[in-house]
Amino acid sequence: MSDSDGRRGATRRGFIKGALAAGAGAASAGAAGAEAGDPAITELQPWMRAFGPGVDASPYGLPSEHESHVRRRYVEWLRPDTISAVNFTPIHQLDGIITPNGLCFERHHSGVALIDPGRHRLMINGLVDTPLVFTMEDLKRFPRENRIYFLECAANSGMEWRGPQLNGCQFTHGMIHNLMYTGIPLRHVLDEAGLKPGAKWLLAESADAAAMTRSIPLEKALDDCLLAFAMNGEALRPEQGYPLRLVVPGWEGNMWIKWLRRIEVGDRPWHQREETSKYTDLLGDGRTRRFTFEMDAKSVITSPSPQAPITHGPGPTIITGIAWSGRGTIARVDVTLDGGVNWHTARLSGPSFDKSLHRFYFEFDWDGRPMLLQSRAIDSTGYVQPTKDALRAVRGVSSGYHNNGIQTWAIDSEGRAENVEIS
Amino acid sequence: MSRFRDLAALSLGVILAASAAFAQQGGKLGLGRPASPDELAAWDIDVRPDGLGLPEGRGDVLTGEELYTGLCAACHGDFGEGTGRLPALAGGEGTLTDEFPVKTVGSFWPYLSTVWDYVHRTMPYGNSQSLSDDEVYALTAYILYLNDLVDEDFVLTRENLPAIRLPNEGGFIPDDRAGTELPAFSAEPCMENCKDRVEITARAGALDVTPEAEER
Repeated sequence: MSDSDGRRGATRRGFIKGALAAGAGAASAGAAGAEAGDPAITELQPWMRAFGPGVDASPYGLPSEHESHVRRRYVEWLRPDTISAVNFTPIHQLDGIITPNGLCFERHHSGVALIDPGRHRLMINGLVDTPLVFTMEDLKRFPRENRIYFLECAANSGMEWRGPQLNGCQFTHGMIHNLMYTGIPLRHVLDEAGLKPGAKWLLAESADAAAMTRSIPLEKALDDCLLAFAMNGEALRPEQGYPLRLVVPGWEGNMWIKWLRRIEVGDRPWHQREETSKYTDLLGDGRTRRFTFEMDAKSVITSPSPQAPITHGPGPTIITGIAWSGRGTIARVDVTLDGGVNWHTARLSGPSFDKSLHRFYFEFDWDGRPMLLQSRAIDSTGYVQPTKDALRAVRGVSSGYHNNGIQTWAIDSEGRAENVEIS
Repeated sequence: MSRFRDLAALSLGVILAASAAFAQQGGKLGLGRPASPDELAAWDIDVRPDGLGLPEGRGDVLTGEELYTGLCAACHGDFGEGTGRLPALAGGEGTLTDEFPVKTVGSFWPYLSTVWDYVHRTMPYGNSQSLSDDEVYALTAYILYLNDLVDEDFVLTRENLPAIRLPNEGGFIPDDRAGTELPAFSAEPCMENCKDRVEITARAGALDVTPEAEER
């Protein structure tokens, strides 16, 4: 809808009320339509009369203007500036398992590096027979693979460790995306340089002003890591590491170094800032876990949710959401309507790939009474997504990272949703 | 187009055979070129706790204080206490089990090499890799001083840095989820009549910190 609606700057509560009113209006118009005729049918619409834009009016296509509200969002109070900051994928407005390229959340430490691919190089050095330098053209001559993986920031849901804070799954769970990557198995490039005996760890480094670095076990690198240059079939977006990023399937997003310029091979980890001061898990007893790479199984109901209330009233209702695991596929997702008294196994739809998002649906007849919605993922290793209280019992409340606890949305009789915790 | 036709003329079998041979033999494709010593020196800037990667150099606390006042204090505070949401570098000793721990170089960071490496690669914020090696030694020495870990006449060098221990080095443990969490979280879950009653214990709405809704 347009600015003429006068809703710019409306509050969230105002928005929800408006959406409810609009939903009710549409329902009554539909009912009245049987007698008076639905203007959407009886009146000739502009697009039925005249030509639309011709071919090539938009050489790089954009979504309908009616979808302009579907966008990444930023939480101003979270970070000191937008240069070292994060925004969030609008997962409440998406379906299926693939994230559109322009909606993938961003996390930068020195802004988006704008790199001329002709002047980008990848260096391999350290414990190798021959330190090598590759151009992008060189890299694209290695055998390439296409694989679909989720990337989740270790801090996804981190603001929720101490209790519910943000009303919207975009903010509580939106530091995730799921893409088809085209890239080169990292082992091919390491083989080209020749690994020396004693090689056990890699250091991956970015070309941006943060020169972001992470230590990665060689075993993982040789297993399934990719040097990716394409996402969903097109070149990486600048904010996702153009022209080259590391893909570390199932492991925390911070390790997926963007704007990748160098990989050093060594015999032990480097203990860089992002794996000591940050991205470590402080436990309740004062000890800190480090190198907690794998992302535990997790799920969230994306609709209904605080930004996506039920607007149609009682009757046929669809609950949908996403589930994922850094250790394999999702075997099952259960959904509860009553805060965990009784659970129902949801329906998975879409391809089930290793370390990829899975889409679930639960269709039911809503009686209009308040609900406490939760989803619970079970992965292919048998791991069951725990409650937030179960996580806190092990880790305390200061961990910040790796919060994969079960999310609760309280739905009231009008279909509005709120982020809550329950007993 | 002729190039395309040439490529299309290659049989799929040949392509598969070539890549299979590559994978099988671990052979090299001859792609890329050797990195020169200049190139390695320009990019190989990382430093490890054992001192590997540290360049020749030295810096003292008082020189570090001067640099810090001009380049760092605006964000990190005059005494490393942090400003706003920008991180504290000093203080917080003994707070790791508190409800709101203060994680600084002195209270939390395990290795001093990380300070040297991080300051060198990306500080000051917005002007990365502008400091000389000696300046990085001096700033690192001053951060130690702010944390009461050295005296004001201390001089940090390539030789003594790896021997300096930070208080929380022993506070870090490997990922132990395989023993502590995976078994506990792998029981067959309850499906029916799992609780007697359910109550809401906390609400996000009480905080009102969510950004306003998008227009639609």
